[in-house]
Amino acid sequence: MITFMNNSDSEEEPCNERTSLMSAESPPVPSYQDGLQASEAGEAQAHRKRRTGSSRSPNNIADGDMSESGVPVRESTLENEEEELTLKYGAKHVIMLFVPVTLCMIVVVATIKSVRFYTEKNGQLIYTPFTEDTPSVGQRLLNSVLNTIIMISVIVVMTVFLVLLYKYRCYKFIHGWLILSSLMLLFLFTYIYLGEVLKTYNVAMDYPTLFLVIWNFGAVGMICIHWKGPLQLQQAYLIMISALMALVFIKYLPEWSAWVILGAISIYDLMAVLCPKGPLRMLVETAQERNEPIFPALIYSSAMMWTVGMAKPDTTARGPSQQTWDAAEDGRENHRSPSHADSRMSETRSPVPTRPISSFEELEEEERGVKLGLGDFIFYSVLVGKAAATASGDWNTTLACFVAILIGLCLTLLLLAVFKKALPALPISITFGLVFYFSTDNLVRPFMDTLASHQLYI
Amino acid sequence: PALGLFLFTIARDPLRIIILIAGAFFWLVSLLLSSLIWFIAIKASNPQDELLQKGLLIFGVMFSVLLQEAFRFLYYKLLRKAIEGLVALSEDSCSPISIQQMAYVAGVGFGLMSGAFSTINLLADALGPGTVGIHGDSQLYFLTSAFMTMVMIFLHTFWAILFFHGCEHQRWWEITAVVVMHLAVSGLTFCNPLYIGSLVPSYLLMATAATWAYLLSGGSAQNLRRFLLCK
Repeated sequence: MITFMNNSDSEEEPCNERTSLMSAESPPVPSYQDGLQASEAGEAQAHRKRRTGSSRSPNNIADGDMSESGVPVRESTLENEEEELTLKYGAKHVIMLFVPVTLCMIVVVATIKSVRFYTEKNGQLIYTPFTEDTPSVGQRLLNSVLNTIIMISVIVVMTVFLVLLYKYRCYKFIHGWLILSSLMLLFLFTYIYLGEVLKTYNVAMDYPTLFLVIWNFGAVGMICIHWKGPLQLQQAYLIMISALMALVFIKYLPEWSAWVILGAISIYDLMAVLCPKGPLRMLVETAQERNEPIFPALIYSSAMMWTVGMAKPDTTARGPSQQTWDAAEDGRENHRSPSHADSRMSETRSPVPTRPISSFEELEEEERGVKLGLGDFIFYSVLVGKAAATASGDWNTTLACFVAILIGLCLTLLLLAVFKKALPALPISITFGLVFYFSTDNLVRPFMDTLASHQLYI
Repeated sequence: PALGLFLFTIARDPLRIIILIAGAFFWLVSLLLSSLIWFIAIKASNPQDELLQKGLLIFGVMFSVLLQEAFRFLYYKLLRKAIEGLVALSEDSCSPISIQQMAYVAGVGFGLMSGAFSTINLLADALGPGTVGIHGDSQLYFLTSAFMTMVMIFLHTFWAILFFHGCEHQRWWEITAVVVMHLAVSGLTFCNPLYIGSLVPSYLLMATAATWAYLLSGGSAQNLRRFLLCK
């Protein structure tokens, strides 16, 4: 719905195209970490992601689906082995997630530092109607809190709506919505982004070339995300749309509101995934009950599935390698990322080196990857990007936030390995990031500056 | 060079990357706490008094060094626990990574973070226009900063190896030697516009630490000769 709103908005306000586009943020889909969810959860997530994906990536959505469905079936059979393998492969999975998160952050920071456009204040989203240009501190604080409340309620409404749609099986609607969202994201935002980058570097570009480039980019992106495509390409596209979304957020959210929103989103994520009545959790459970695959375009998956969007809930009757989507999902997927459920990994992993235990479960475990919701990517990048844009210094703050987020991700993955169910990916990382941002900006910076001016080393 | 170290030795193994990032995190936390203390001290003192400010700065630096070492110790404890966990989980009851490798990686983590924090702003400014040392400061500012940073990164790596080894074998004198060395190096940087005073001893100390760490890790002159000759 939000997507639709966005589109209509853009039509109605042609003059201020950007503002109207911005306002069409879809509520972020909470990213969830599911190690063991069946693909259906992923699909549900994907839907959610779509909604948010177009405008905002849902952060934590994916979690729900993943962990719950597969767990009961699998656990009983291979509990010990699984546990060992999970933890053993834990490091690898963590790295599989580190790399995309790092890439996304690098893209965002690089853009922020070089392209002026994204740090200029040029209007606000309709989701954050209260301005922050107020004379007094108290007023500003109040405005940002109100902005946050509005934003969070929009997110909640969108998520609940998605869950309802999913429950009542209005799949076409959800698919259409997601497709429209990703269309808009891929084409419009890319166009704006390219325009700004070209402007910054003073490169002349004619319209036909631009049209060709964007058309190719967008078309391939749509195919990759919603249908089949090489794993790496799909991952690259997901990273890019997360970065674009994050850039949009950074530009259009006023300062204090952004920080308060980040904090509130983590709390919401925590509640939505863990509370029994939380929308995300319901989504995941419903998806698992129905054994349906996860929606693409909302989850980043490090392991590809053989069949797109086909979840195989049946964890026991697995054939070797190929159809490990389920296995992967059920088994060891620690992260829940509401990303594509496609797992090509099984396919590519079939020539797996022989391991001591050559059961198919083993293969499945190996092929499992982790999934992280695109919303997570987006909010991490928003944090780091905001740090890069507004910290009165420098790269120290950005670096500190980066390390803090990575450590938070590590810890979350660790918890995922321990709990084996969908977990919110946002709270720990965002908390660390916020703490480090504020403390580095205010405390460490003067210290380091003084040290550097005397050229002292500690 | 530190980046080369990273690429060649750490980037392959995901576990090492995690240890690296965690090491960087610990250093960051220690920096945070020490700057908190310094900040409080600064705010509580008279901003006009130059000498007092300088004194506070020195105090801040020393305190930060001590905190860094304390955090190194904490990190050591954490890694010990992690090794036990890894051993329990692995199939052949042998840890996939030894404590020495962990020491090395932790040192690189500390060093990288310390180096990054010391240098990244300099680098960013260096990209822009300007003249070095226009106000009568040394013209070699960037160059010496680069060398100093490299020395610090290497030193952190070696110190971590020495430190962990000392903790493993309960040799307290090793640990105190590391702490004293760190204090010495930081102290040397106080005479900084006089670069002879700070860079040369630092490099000497680094060479000492390097040979010590090398010997501790099981190397010897023979190994070195074989390595150089074979290649």
